[in-house]
Amino acid sequence: MRVRILVSFKESVLDPQGQTVKNALLTLGYGFVRDVRQGKVFELALEGISEPEARRSIPELANKVLANPIIEKFTWEILEDEKKV
Amino acid sequence: MKFGVVVFPGSNCDQDTLHALRDVLHQEAIFLWHKDHDLRGVDGIVLPGGFSYGDYLRSGAIARFSPLMQEVREFADRGGLVLGICNGFQVLLELGLLPGAMLRNKNLKFLCQYVHLRVENTVTRFTRRISPGRVLRIPIAHFDGNYFAPPETLREIEAGGQVVFRYVDAAGEATESANVNGSAGAIAGLINKQGNVLGMMPHPERASEALLGSEDGRLIFESLVDR
Repeated sequence: MRVRILVSFKESVLDPQGQTVKNALLTLGYGFVRDVRQGKVFELALEGISEPEARRSIPELANKVLANPIIEKFTWEILEDEKKV
Repeated sequence: MKFGVVVFPGSNCDQDTLHALRDVLHQEAIFLWHKDHDLRGVDGIVLPGGFSYGDYLRSGAIARFSPLMQEVREFADRGGLVLGICNGFQVLLELGLLPGAMLRNKNLKFLCQYVHLRVENTVTRFTRRISPGRVLRIPIAHFDGNYFAPPETLREIEAGGQVVFRYVDAAGEATESANVNGSAGAIAGLINKQGNVLGMMPHPERASEALLGSEDGRLIFESLVDR
């Protein structure tokens, strides 16, 4: 099983890198870009774990290690193409 | 006193810190390897500056899981003195021994320069040799020093006198331009409620001898040393 975890700054936290990317996009003429938030992507290959167990463990490890809950939030998903296999 | 300077892979101020403690302050000082589980009877611990684990994931985020950190946490819980400098401060935040987190500097630049610090609390174990209102000149060298904490945490640490150092200008005024990294409340250094754990972004070990351009950092080490 493979899972993808997306970590990004909370809305209440200023993201200066996202702001800089946004400004670059606006400079290039992409005036429709209203906001940019930059984050980190983690893809984990799992083995020896059932899907219900993963649904317990992934949020736990994301909160403990991958994200700092003071400044960051995360979403995660089981990668669909893997699920079909 | 006997000090332990914790060495992580990627620490690069460990030698300077040991030098300041041993050769300038004339204290006993040893290195503590992060993989060990033994504090070897030290009376005080310094988490030095550097880039532990290459700052991978987040600054200090991997170092906090080093084996020795379990002992450091227990040592701090028993009231032991712990000083975190720069990356050491980041590790203390990730460990949860101090509140808040670090964001990238507001101008997205690595900042390596002298700053002025107003000492906001001179009755701590880390600042008791500093006269109230004194402005210190000490260098910083970091990419992630933009202190962040939620508003309720900020209110609590301000009310509790936990803000020990603030970025100010040479005259001691907290201006926007003096707050070089954009820290909330211009916070440069923070102590825990119990008063035994201090984290600071500036490097006192780089400002402990006249030869290096400033001796102001030595006041912090002198405060720390029993007399």
